[in-house]
Amino acid sequence: MATAETFYDVIRRQGITRRSFTKFCSVTAASLGLGPAAATAMAEALETKERVPVIWMHGLECTCCSESFIRSANPLVKDVVLSMISLDYDDTIMAAAGHRAEAILEETKEKYKGKYILAVEGNPPLKEDGMFCIDGGRPFVEKLKWMAEDAMAVIAWGTCASWGCVQSAKPNPTQATPIDKVVLDKPIIKVPGCPPTAEVMTGVVTFITTFGKLPDVDRQGRPKMFYSQRIHDKCYRRPHFDAGQFVEEWDDDGARKGHCLYKMGCKGPTTYNVCSIMRWNGGVSFPIQSGHGCIGCSEDGFWDNGTFYDRLTTIHQFGIEANADKVGMAAAGVVGGAIAAHAAVTAVKRVTIKREKADS
Amino acid sequence: MSIHETPAAADAHGEKAVQRQSVYVYEAPVRIWHWVNAFAILTLALTGYFIGSPLPSAPGEASANFLMGYIRFIHFAAGQVLVVFLILRVYWAFVGNTHARQIFYVPFWSVHFWKEWLHEVLWYTFLARQPTKYVGHNPLARSTMFLLFTLPLSFMVSTGFALYSEGAGRDSWEYALFGWMFSIWPNSQDIHSHHHLGMWVVLVFTMVHIYVAVRDDIMSRQSIISSMISGVQLFKDGEG
Repeated sequence: MATAETFYDVIRRQGITRRSFTKFCSVTAASLGLGPAAATAMAEALETKERVPVIWMHGLECTCCSESFIRSANPLVKDVVLSMISLDYDDTIMAAAGHRAEAILEETKEKYKGKYILAVEGNPPLKEDGMFCIDGGRPFVEKLKWMAEDAMAVIAWGTCASWGCVQSAKPNPTQATPIDKVVLDKPIIKVPGCPPTAEVMTGVVTFITTFGKLPDVDRQGRPKMFYSQRIHDKCYRRPHFDAGQFVEEWDDDGARKGHCLYKMGCKGPTTYNVCSIMRWNGGVSFPIQSGHGCIGCSEDGFWDNGTFYDRLTTIHQFGIEANADKVGMAAAGVVGGAIAAHAAVTAVKRVTIKREKADS
Repeated sequence: MSIHETPAAADAHGEKAVQRQSVYVYEAPVRIWHWVNAFAILTLALTGYFIGSPLPSAPGEASANFLMGYIRFIHFAAGQVLVVFLILRVYWAFVGNTHARQIFYVPFWSVHFWKEWLHEVLWYTFLARQPTKYVGHNPLARSTMFLLFTLPLSFMVSTGFALYSEGAGRDSWEYALFGWMFSIWPNSQDIHSHHHLGMWVVLVFTMVHIYVAVRDDIMSRQSIISSMISGVQLFKDGEG
């Protein structure tokens, strides 16, 4: 591993032309919303700065983040970023294995103390001292904490690492815990989604490795540039929502005409992601475009909010299948009954008191 | 506060007029707020319900319809009206008379308050024979107002603006002021659910509020409903 190697050196060695490199910088700058000047800055940074090593670790996960990542729309993005990463450590896709692979971690931790990026896919289970996820012969939670000690920053890939996802859904038998609840002393950037969009992932990595700092994040720790707008607000079916035209059943006329999927439980109105702008598989489509509502996969606890097909959230606290309206109507019914009973007793009492008064 | 005693004058037939004490309780700003607030809540609950469970789909082109848009606009407008008047109401709690302050806090540490509160509970559970006379809210009414109205309304305003900020954007003042809601519930779906439940809390409050107002108007010893129109509370007998 050459220490003074730049990104530019790496990609030139891989046979990528300067022309392609410039194009990559322009595309990435645009997708980050940074404007034309940033493309030049990015090119310069990639040419001159020592490349930032990225260590990619896997906890409890399904590898859908990696799958998404290697299907990045712009093949160059994938090649550049992936080659940078595979040079260091990613136990799923790197060539090295066993002790040789683990030695890379030690080496990076020592050599790039406080300079490398730790990208985590999946999350650690904490129950039974983390025995539910063993990685390289020890609990993943230990390995994660150990590698995070000397990292510059931590990227939490996907909903697993950001929020917990399916393995932390109730009752969460292994106590799977999101990264920010385990690594407390490092800046953490959350890139939720199950999986996150490929362009978002490459965009975040490129931003951090290029500029050496984390992009601006919102209150939940997600990069603002990708997660400040709802699916709903950029959805091409939005005019049908405003018009009050909904799909009422899966095979009705509205479904054929592409009306709004709000009534079918679309979580677009509560989901922050770029799907309705960037779409998937190189801009081919996204769930709503193929006629199915958004399931809100980039949101906290999306597995625990009832079915994907109800507009009103299922409320489990009441022990039965209920939603806000059912709970509210039941409460109003009980109170209404109580009021009627109280009024009846009041009337009886009033009559008896009047009689007593009349008698005396 | 002054209590005007009406002299018990006898008419030509020697019949005495009923003796009433009257106290000016609810000042004009409080009364105006009460009714604007009531209509705003009614509008918000209705439109809010139809935002959660929209009406059947409108036929025709999307460009020719704007039903959901109008419903949401009315909801947002009513919400803004409610908040403007709520701000005026809070201002009046500082500059108005003591009754204007009642619903904003409960004298939690006052033993005397809870003693009277208990008496009111007994009166409402038919265990006490005679209600105590109160100018303004009785202690039970006051604690209920605070718990079932002031707190839920504040919650509705906070969640409402947080939800509005979703559309208004991360740079909006709504997000700056109420974005902290998303720190409590990172998934805004939960805020939607709680905002929806809040509507039912306010509705249950309204039911109790109207029932008790009507009942007290008949049963207790002071006027209730007319006081929120004229501001004057009348007392039906001279006894303490």
